[in-house]
Amino acid sequence: MKAAVITFPGSNADRDLVVAFEAGGAEVARVWHKDTELPEGTDIVGIPGGFSFGDYLRCGAIAARSPIIGSVLRHADRGGYVLGICNGFQVLTETGLLPGALMRNAGLKFISKMVDLNVTTAASAFTGGWQAEEVVRIPVAHHDGNYTVTEDQLAQLRDEDRVAFTYARNPNGSVGDIAGVLSANRRVLGMMPHPERAMVAGHGSVDGSVLFRALVGVMAPA
Amino acid sequence: MKARVHVMLKAGVLDPQGEAVRHALGTLGFEGVEGVRQGKVIEIDLAGDDKAGAEGQVKAMCEKLLANTVIEKYDIEIV
Repeated sequence: MKAAVITFPGSNADRDLVVAFEAGGAEVARVWHKDTELPEGTDIVGIPGGFSFGDYLRCGAIAARSPIIGSVLRHADRGGYVLGICNGFQVLTETGLLPGALMRNAGLKFISKMVDLNVTTAASAFTGGWQAEEVVRIPVAHHDGNYTVTEDQLAQLRDEDRVAFTYARNPNGSVGDIAGVLSANRRVLGMMPHPERAMVAGHGSVDGSVLFRALVGVMAPA
Repeated sequence: MKARVHVMLKAGVLDPQGEAVRHALGTLGFEGVEGVRQGKVIEIDLAGDDKAGAEGQVKAMCEKLLANTVIEKYDIEIV
């Protein structure tokens, strides 16, 4: 399984994401935002956390228009997998690959802490290592994680079982306590919590490693 | 020629920053502040003097980058 992790100016969780994919058993290539093509044979694209372009204009807005994104959209369009974490989730909503937008936290403060998440669906390559309704511990670190969608979109996400994770205790005002959502084909996941920061005992939780192991084990070819 | 773009959250989208400003104004003793919405103003210097063409061009900029039309609306002023 081949993963490609994109680095933008201001990404800061790119190396952690590389290590997490490798721990799951993937072969990982690193890609610069100015590259125009993903490496041949890429199965999954990782869009990391951080503060791409200093969060200028809107979080993820400039990154979502960078040269590599055309190739990411074509990859997703032909059924390739994409995982966007934190700033990566913001980038995915800005590209339109996922619905909604991530706004300033309701309490206006940057939140960095371990949180309990409900795994809302086990029916995806990302969440297949868990049982639905299982509670997992994964840290968040964000200022703009307040997920917003229209009522119609929320109903659609729920009807199609596309809410991947919800917060056990909503830290940021997200609609429906949503922490992560899937695309219609269930191969694109955006999530605010950082599974790549819950990989080994020293992180305080190893629950994130379940996601990477499951993902590498079950990914269907694009 | 200059284009001025006003980007605001759409009606109905909660604006936590605007709310914080409203609270602060109340704390300072300003009475009767019923609501505050915070947005952005973006000024763009443009070559040429074709106002109609500029408006179309800036609209495309708004749709592609300057506003996130999922949550924001925009107004364009050519000055």
